[in-house]
Amino acid sequence: MTNKVITITSGKGGVGKTTATANIATALAVDGARVVCIDADIGLRNLDVVLGLENRIVYDLVDVVEGRCRLRQAMIRDKRLPNLFLIPAAQTRDKTSVSPSDMVRLIDELRTECDWVLIDSPAGIERGFRNAIAPADVVVVITNPEISAVRDADRIIGLVEAEEKGPVRLVLNRLKPELVKREDMLSPDDILELLAIELIGIVPEDEKVILSTNRGVPIVLDGKSQAGQAFRNIATRLAGQNVPFLNLEDRNGFFGRISRMMRSGGD
Amino acid sequence: MDDHAKVQIKGIREGLLITVRNDDWSEAKAALQEQIKEQSEFLRGGRLILDVGNHVIRAAELGQLRDMLTDDGLALWAILSNSQVTQQNAQLLGLATRINKPSPERTTHTIETALTGEEAVLVRRTLRSGYSLQYFGHVVVIGDVNPGSEIVAGGDVVVWGRLRGMVHAGAEGNQDAVVCAMDLAPTQLRIADHIATTPKQRGKPQPEMARIVDGQVVAVPWQPKTK
Ligand SMILES: Nc1ncnc2c1ncn2[C@@H]1O[C@H](COP(=O)(O)OP(=O)(O)OP(=O)(O)O)[C@@H](O)[C@H]1O
Ligand SMILES: [Mg+2]
Repeated sequence: MTNKVITITSGKGGVGKTTATANIATALAVDGARVVCIDADIGLRNLDVVLGLENRIVYDLVDVVEGRCRLRQAMIRDKRLPNLFLIPAAQTRDKTSVSPSDMVRLIDELRTECDWVLIDSPAGIERGFRNAIAPADVVVVITNPEISAVRDADRIIGLVEAEEKGPVRLVLNRLKPELVKREDMLSPDDILELLAIELIGIVPEDEKVILSTNRGVPIVLDGKSQAGQAFRNIATRLAGQNVPFLNLEDRNGFFGRISRMMRSGGD
Repeated sequence: MDDHAKVQIKGIREGLLITVRNDDWSEAKAALQEQIKEQSEFLRGGRLILDVGNHVIRAAELGQLRDMLTDDGLALWAILSNSQVTQQNAQLLGLATRINKPSPERTTHTIETALTGEEAVLVRRTLRSGYSLQYFGHVVVIGDVNPGSEIVAGGDVVVWGRLRGMVHAGAEGNQDAVVCAMDLAPTQLRIADHIATTPKQRGKPQPEMARIVDGQVVAVPWQPKTK
């Protein structure tokens, strides 16, 4: 089986799904792949804003599902990368206008057209989440290093496992190394021990992410940002290559430990 | 035949097996819908396996069925069918069409209880947040019990792993019930009507057993008996 349809999801809202989708998609496209991202957060779309494509929307996901346009017509080409496309969510409809079967059908059509499909899922466990994971080959769960976010991530992982979707991978977003060092924040070790799934990226807190979101220029396009580098590494790992984890700390800190754990464990 | 006879639901190792026995598919579907409404609490969170027998079902119809179940918070995982057409359609939707069907004797007969008088369920996986396991007998888990999950057992609870969720043993009042775990650090621990309140000292994890002694829940480390 190919692992080309990646759904990015979380239990808790606001942990960075849309940011991750835009950045991983952009990083894959920079490397020359043909990438389509889909905003499955119907009624609350914002992937278009993060990619800076808001003003180009004519048709959306619901238009495709309801047959008002063809798939190609709803694919908006990125301003910078000609091999990156977005299928936006409908702003005005509610989630029930799309079903899991609709998603599977639509994505099957895309499989032959591109190298990667990235689906930005809404938070939570409702219909929108089921829609987003129905066609997934790989599910990426995002969490922040906070107890409530980790608890909700655990719940989501349970649901994904129950549907036999997977493999499930973990991204830890907005880590603040200095807080972990002072033991004021859950450490990656604690989180991994609890969630017991393979880690595929640690993205540090970086205020440039918010600026880049507002400007509609994904942070991976900024060669100097550590968060950008972390997202590029996630893209590389999804593509099946091993890259060491960023050394956000000194070698003997927990990042050193994590990279050692990753080398010894994993499936 | 009433609906209960037409639609059979039973728990098997792979999930919840729903068998539809009815000659007419639209009737079968209505009966299924009825049963699911009635039992939604019991079914919720479970992985459904639907055995449709000889019925030939179109892909669109299977899709509708899955969406209907989704709306009820249920995940359809597999379709079992004697019809190749139905099987192919199910596969198109990404549904499984085969499970390792356990032999019927194993699932339909309950354990012979005369010998011990005890019944237990074995769960071999991690119980994640949001998962609730309720059983009138003993519960044995091979795996971790994570924070946010809960186990309510009429009898004892044994966890071969880390116990960090909420656990209630002897839930129907059995004061002799015990809770054992390789690492006993539950969010809350109850035995019968007693609640353990003192937070545990976090040290190196060790196997422990909690039970009621003089009206209080106490945890005692497991030690090999020396003769
Ligand atoms: N690594 C990071 N450093 C700093 N800010 C970040 C980081 N990742 C995300 N953010 C910020 O967090 C906010 C929420 O991110 P985002 O919209 O991607 O979350 P989401 O999970 O998609 O939210 P929702 O559940 O509402 O869809 C945004 O303002 C974003 O810029
Ligand atoms: Mg979002």
